[in-house]
Amino acid sequence: MLSFILRRLAVAIPTLLVLVVASFYLMQFAPGGPFTSERPLPPQVLANIEAKYGLNEPTWKQLVNYVGGILTEFDFGPSYKYKDRTVNDIIAQGFPVTLKYGSISFVVAILVGGILGIAAAVRQNSWLDYFAVGLTIGAQVLPNFVMAPILILIFTLWLGWLPGGGWNGGQWQYLVMPVIALSTSYMASIARLTRSSMLEVLRSNFIRTARAKGLPNHVIIWRHALKPTLLPVVSYLGPAFVGMVTGSFIIDSIFSTGGIGYFYVNAAFNRDYAVMMGLTILLGSMTILFNMLVDILYAWIDPKIRL
Amino acid sequence: MTLLEVRDLTVTFDTPDGTVTAVDRISFDLRRGETLGIVGESGSGKSQLVFGITGLLASNGRVTGSARLMGQEILNLPDAKMNRIRAEKIAMIFQDPMTSLNPYLRVSDQMAEVLVHHRGLSKQAAIAESVRLLDAVRIPEAKARVTMYPHEFSGGMRQRVMIAMSLLCQPDILIADEPTTALDVTVQAQIMKLLAELQAEYGMAIILITHDLGVVAGSCEETLVMYGGQVMEQGTTEGIFAGPTHPYTMGLLKAVPRLDRETEKLETIPGNPPNMMNMPAGCPFVPRCDFAEERCWSERPVLTRAEGYETRTRACHRSLEELK
Repeated sequence: MLSFILRRLAVAIPTLLVLVVASFYLMQFAPGGPFTSERPLPPQVLANIEAKYGLNEPTWKQLVNYVGGILTEFDFGPSYKYKDRTVNDIIAQGFPVTLKYGSISFVVAILVGGILGIAAAVRQNSWLDYFAVGLTIGAQVLPNFVMAPILILIFTLWLGWLPGGGWNGGQWQYLVMPVIALSTSYMASIARLTRSSMLEVLRSNFIRTARAKGLPNHVIIWRHALKPTLLPVVSYLGPAFVGMVTGSFIIDSIFSTGGIGYFYVNAAFNRDYAVMMGLTILLGSMTILFNMLVDILYAWIDPKIRL
Repeated sequence: MTLLEVRDLTVTFDTPDGTVTAVDRISFDLRRGETLGIVGESGSGKSQLVFGITGLLASNGRVTGSARLMGQEILNLPDAKMNRIRAEKIAMIFQDPMTSLNPYLRVSDQMAEVLVHHRGLSKQAAIAESVRLLDAVRIPEAKARVTMYPHEFSGGMRQRVMIAMSLLCQPDILIADEPTTALDVTVQAQIMKLLAELQAEYGMAIILITHDLGVVAGSCEETLVMYGGQVMEQGTTEGIFAGPTHPYTMGLLKAVPRLDRETEKLETIPGNPPNMMNMPAGCPFVPRCDFAEERCWSERPVLTRAEGYETRTRACHRSLEELK
């Protein structure tokens, strides 16, 4: 197990390096730069600014400086757009926000989706099953940029129960709508995955053996069928968790939650190279980390897998 | 005394294309300590027959008729009541020991739960008893191996684990659904020998489902030959092997390879098993039967006592004389 983790971490370093180099060059290939605007700056001014940020150097030199800064001082550089803030500041401010509403969304998506999927499979072709399948299809086709304004319309404008946006330290009133809007489509995917996986497991020979042993239904479902049911679901959970805790541009924009999802997309628009790179590295490391956790979870569920 | 009395048991499945009759009005008696062989080709309904008795049919399956276990009707019992009969009175082992054990649970957990649930034993006592039964089915170092996972056992060992698991509550009836089909020949022989020894020791009756006539000849007192969901011939194993009275049984026996006779080519029964969706109106075997006459196509033969036999029943329009 330990050697597995070490091996995976060893592979993670070159993977991240490839990610850094590729995104760094891709960004530079895109036309324009952080200081391009509709009213062009005088060439001398532009040259001065670019010299200040080191943008006048060849790309490879910039890359070396950038990676060097990260390795020596854990410095992800300054933001070119928010003049008084560094990338570290932006992540330190935005990431806890997305981490909070993202993790809660994750838990909600697993619990609701998992239970809905299991219930639908156990009562296949009953009204409960049809209801669950209908609900998940509805939830999957309703994009969150449509759902979020509808939620605000209902809970803020009509009922007046919840604030229409803001964060306020993450009090629960401010969390409800972002969590619903973010978790719904993940919940639907988890429910559908769980349902089809459980249906397949319930048809397998060892479930027939368990029934022939005269075990009550709840023992068969929870003890015999749950683990194999979860295997395909678990492999979806890793990327899903990363997707949720790195936030969503739509959630951050509509609910003004101030998470990194908003910064990420804006950084791309503004060619705010350092912010983009910083968030890419964050997302990449999280993806690698959670894929590793999924593999460990796999080995824990399936005794045939040895790490 | 009759342990299990099955009368006119019929299993049907509702499918999108209509109702399929997989088992058609089958009756038999099973006495204590006796072994009944149910023989037939794949798809002849032999597994569905026992699934019908134990209530393990797929959700679109329906069973009618009667099955009395020591006088008590057990067909279509509610699950809670049926669960007291499963494992305690009627235990089952299955064809494929590779997939019939749960690959995600230790053998100890899978065995102990039977005793914990049915006998109210503590987990520890249940595991101790499980080890005793693993010993009884001759699994070496049972104590150490009980905590292993199924994939750490070979195919034959897994079937032994299945057998040990089925005997935990000392059932009156053991249903063995092709217990040796997935195993290689030497292991098959070991498993059949083991079953015979355990039967002598525990005194349970066995319903042995198989398509291997050699297995039936070696271990069953009574034999029931099925085709297309119906009984073709039923009687003592010895009698049937010595003198089959149904063209299908005759064909089956001719198709058994014999080491003691020189033959150029293995005999076969031409044709394929019937499509259950589209059964002939008359005898299910008629398209493949050498003795078929007009009546066989239109009129279904009734299972009646064979002329000149005490205990034999057969479903055939042609007289024994005509089949000679």
